[in-house]
Amino acid sequence: MIGAEAPALSLADRARAVSQVAAAAAEAVDRAARFPAEAFDEARQGRLLSALIPSGLGGEGASFADVADSVRIIAHGCASSGLIYAMHQIQVACLVRHGDNDVLRDALRRVCDEQLLLASATSEVNVGGDVRTSVCAVEPAETGFTLQKAAPVISYGEQADAVLATARRTPDSPPSDQVLVYLPAGPDLTLERSGEWDTLGFRGTCSLGFRLQGRGQPDQILTSAYGDISAQTMLPVSHILWASVWLGLAESAAAKAHTYLRAAARKSPDRPLAAARRTAELSASLQELRGLIRAAVALFTAHEHDGDALGSVSFAISMNSLKVSASTLVVDIVAAAMGICGMSGYRHDSPFTLGRHLRDAYGAALMINNDRILDNTAQLLLVSKEI
Amino acid sequence: MRDLICSVLADHARLKSDASELGDEDDLYQLGLTSHASVNVMLALEEAFDVEFPNELLRKSTFQSIANMAAALRELGAEVPAR
Repeated sequence: MIGAEAPALSLADRARAVSQVAAAAAEAVDRAARFPAEAFDEARQGRLLSALIPSGLGGEGASFADVADSVRIIAHGCASSGLIYAMHQIQVACLVRHGDNDVLRDALRRVCDEQLLLASATSEVNVGGDVRTSVCAVEPAETGFTLQKAAPVISYGEQADAVLATARRTPDSPPSDQVLVYLPAGPDLTLERSGEWDTLGFRGTCSLGFRLQGRGQPDQILTSAYGDISAQTMLPVSHILWASVWLGLAESAAAKAHTYLRAAARKSPDRPLAAARRTAELSASLQELRGLIRAAVALFTAHEHDGDALGSVSFAISMNSLKVSASTLVVDIVAAAMGICGMSGYRHDSPFTLGRHLRDAYGAALMINNDRILDNTAQLLLVSKEI
Repeated sequence: MRDLICSVLADHARLKSDASELGDEDDLYQLGLTSHASVNVMLALEEAFDVEFPNELLRKSTFQSIANMAAALRELGAEVPAR
């Protein structure tokens, strides 16, 4: 046990330590598409993996706003590390908010004591990317249950200490009647690799495909319907923390552009620079992105324990819109930074290189595709009486 | 009112079971009602009963069962239109 007292340094300070380690390894992680192990050693050391868990269970009960900020800070150093950390916190949030039995509370205690890393298996082969539909089902067995799932993606599945998987409630349930199942790594969970992860960006997330085979006891199944968990927790927390990753990524690119601009201005103080105006525009976009996230955090926090408000049409539209806007802005900001840095941003062998940032940024609109989100918002707008 | 709700469900809910065999309290989400289908159910109910569901009734629970839909429609003063 690493110790349950509140850590001496603030969450932001500890996130900065992780960010530094992540930044030093970012290029190697990206090139090899490997897990950023050194960043997560540091995160475990700083007890970041249990930040969101209430102190009664051994965590530090950090606010949602502080956790979102720690995501931003880590992503500034390495967007893949930030995204892995964000995805872990999303799973933790589901357990904290919906894990209402002793087995699941023990799982959270283990996350604190052993700094477990949690992964997610929500997508499935043959459902066309619709995570609110499952083909696989929880199958009753002689003792407890079994679950088999063909997962096209389980990010950092090989490094995860536990997986939360969606499945139909019973073999007779329709595709939309889903539950969320907690499956700790060990003899009762097998992940057989079924796909590779060789992508343009976010290469360090190691989001390989797997054939998942698990078994367990009924108390590992969260009692709330996954539809409610999704609306009240998974959807808002995902969109806010993902957007925080993109903000960290955007800030990192913007910082390079800003440094580049100031260096150029020092060389020729008398000459007006086109890059200066571009940087002013970039700064406005960055402010827009920060504002979107701040507003979403405030909205979620204000209704954190109000299931009806979180399940409302207007809240879902807000979170969907955050995802679409933030994922579009991050590409704009990184591209603008590239324009400001010019060839120095384009080159791989320059301190202003922005290749990885640009490749990562393009993933934002594609992972949980914006078209799917816009179609969902369009549906919601048909029932909503206001816009 | 029940018949009209059932006919809307038969046309739009895309449930596993036959809408005419549903019990008033059956959980339609457990019978396969998706959020996408529930939007179509709501739009069809608005058309059939000439009402508008206000935002505060746009909750998952409103469309969870025939009984809940009937209660919401009564709250909205819906009358069964003459055929």
